[in-house]
Amino acid sequence: MSSEVLLEVEAITAFYGDFQALFGLSFQVRTAEVVALLGGNGAGKTTCLRVISGLLRPKSGRVRFLGQDITGLSPAEIVDLGIAHVPEGRQLFPEMSVEENLWLGSYLPRARKRRRENVARMFALFPRLAERRRQVAGTLSGGEQQMVAIARGMMSEPKLLLLDEPSLGLSPKLTEQTLAAVRELSKVVTVLIVEQKVMEGLEIADRGYVIENGKLVTEGAAAVLVADKGIREAYLGL
Amino acid sequence: MAALQAILNGILVGGIYALIAMGMALVFGVMRLVNFAHGAFLMVGMYVAYFGYTLFHINPYWGCALVGAALFMMGMAVYWLLIRRVMGQSDFLQILLTEGIALCLVGAAQLLFTGDYRSISLPLADKTANLGPLNFNVAYGVSFVIAVLGVTSMYLYMKYTEMGRAIRGVAQNPGVAPLMGIRVRWISGISFAFGVACAGGAGALLLPVFYVNPTIGSPYNLKSFVIVVLGGMGSVEGAALGGLILGVTEGLTAYYWSDSYTQVVDFVLFLAVLLLRPQGLFGKKAP
Ligand SMILES: Nc1ncnc2c1ncn2[C@@H]1O[C@H](COP(=O)(O)OP(=O)(O)OP(=O)(O)O)[C@@H](O)[C@H]1O
Ligand SMILES: [Mg+2]
Repeated sequence: MSSEVLLEVEAITAFYGDFQALFGLSFQVRTAEVVALLGGNGAGKTTCLRVISGLLRPKSGRVRFLGQDITGLSPAEIVDLGIAHVPEGRQLFPEMSVEENLWLGSYLPRARKRRRENVARMFALFPRLAERRRQVAGTLSGGEQQMVAIARGMMSEPKLLLLDEPSLGLSPKLTEQTLAAVRELSKVVTVLIVEQKVMEGLEIADRGYVIENGKLVTEGAAAVLVADKGIREAYLGL
Repeated sequence: MAALQAILNGILVGGIYALIAMGMALVFGVMRLVNFAHGAFLMVGMYVAYFGYTLFHINPYWGCALVGAALFMMGMAVYWLLIRRVMGQSDFLQILLTEGIALCLVGAAQLLFTGDYRSISLPLADKTANLGPLNFNVAYGVSFVIAVLGVTSMYLYMKYTEMGRAIRGVAQNPGVAPLMGIRVRWISGISFAFGVACAGGAGALLLPVFYVNPTIGSPYNLKSFVIVVLGGMGSVEGAALGGLILGVTEGLTAYYWSDSYTQVVDFVLFLAVLLLRPQGLFGKKAP
C-alpha cells in the first residue's frame, strides 16, 4: 500500500449554521484502496462526504485530490475531476426509469462518450437492473434502488467513489450482496465507504477511520480495527 | 350538436392554454417558483408579434417561433438579473419579485403603446372551415395546430434530449442533481427562459384571434395558474391536458350560460380542485 495519495482531507471544520459538525478532521485515501469511514449516528460521516464532493463548503481546512486543491470547487467541477458521490438514502430521480437514471449519471460530456459501454458494464454487474431497465426508479425495492444509485455513480467514470451507507435499510442478505458488488467495483475504482454496519464495512476495507462527534478517534488497518477491543465494544456490541 | 360545437371551440382555445400553462408548470416544477409575471410575458409576446406584423409584415404564425426565441432571451436576462437572487428565498420574496416584474412590464407597455386595444386582421380570420357538421374559425384552427406542435415538441425535448433530462432531473431531485455534474443554476435559467418563451409564443398565436392591450396578460396568468393546479403542480404533461380541460369547460360555460361567466367558472374549478383533489387531476402527491 505505498501507492500515491489520491484524496487528502486536511483539518476540515464544517458548520450547519451555528452548529459545528466537523472539528479539524484529517485523513487520506490512496489509489486502489478501500477506506471505511466509521462512526455512530451523527458522528459527521455524511457531512465529511458532502464536503469532499463540494455540496458543503468547509469553514476551514483543505481537500486535495490528485495533488490539486479542490476546496471550494462546485460539485459539477469535482465530479468532472473524478469523484462520484453516492449519497445516503439513494436519492434517485424517482419518476425516471433505471436507464434514464444511469444516463443522467453520465451527464458530463466526458462520460457521455462511453455511455453505452458503461451502461452495459453496470448491467453486467447488476443483472437485476438489466431486467428492470425500463421500470420507474421510485417503484424499485430498496436493494434495487441502491444498485441504481451505485451504478449511476459509476457512470461518471470516477477515480474515487464515495459511498454513504449503501447497506442502509437492507436485509443482511442484501447487505452482503451490495457489499460484494462494492468489492467487485473496488478492482477498478478507489472507494471511500461510510458504514454503520461496522463489521461488514471493515470486511471489504483495507483501512478504516473511526470518527466521533466530528473528530477522529482511531485509525488503522481494517484487520487491526476489527480485532480492537475498544471498537468491538463500542460499535459491535461484542 | 351545439354542445359539440361548444366543445370544439373549447378544444381550439384549450390548445393555446396548454402551451401557456406548460411554461408556467415547467418553471414551477424546476424552480418551485410561481411566476406571477407569466401573463405579462404573454402580453410582451403579443406586442412583439403585433409590431412584427404591422412594421415588418411578419406573419404571426411563423413569427411565433421568432417571438418565442426573443422571449427566451428576455427570460434568460430576467433570470440572471433578478430571479436568480430570490432562488431559495421565501415564497413571499418570490411572489413580490415576479409580481413586481409584471407591474413593470405592464407599466412600460402602457407608457410606450398607451392603453389602446390593438388587433391585426389576417385574411384567414374571416374564413370558416367545416369539420363534419361542425365549423370553426380557420385562424383559431391554425393557432391550435401550431400550439399543439409547440406543446408536443416541448414534451419530446424534455423527454429525449440531454438538456431535457437534466431539467427533469433538477425538478425531481434538486439536491442530488449537482452530483451528476448538472449546474442547477444554469438549468434553472434555461427552464425559466423556456417558460417565458412558451408564454410569448402563445401570445403570438393569440394575436390573430384576439386584441392586445397592456393588461391582457392578467386573465391568462390566472388561467394558467388554474391549469397548473388542475394538472398537478409542476407536471408538464398535466398542464397540457389541464389546458384542454379548461378550454372545454369555458366553451361549455359560454354556450350554456354566457361568455362573461367563464372567469367565474375558472375560479370555481380552481377552488373545486383545491378542495377535492389538491394534488391535481394528474399529480401523485400534494406538494
Ligand atoms: N442540514 C443539517 N442542519 C443542521 N444540522 C445537521 C444537518 N445535517 C446534519 N446535521 C448535524 O450534523 C451532525 C453530523 O451529521 P451527519 O449527517 O454528518 O452524521 P452521520 O455520521 O452521517 O450520521 P448517520 O450515521 O446518522 O447518517 C449531526 O449532529 C447532525 O444532527
Ligand atoms: Mg450519514
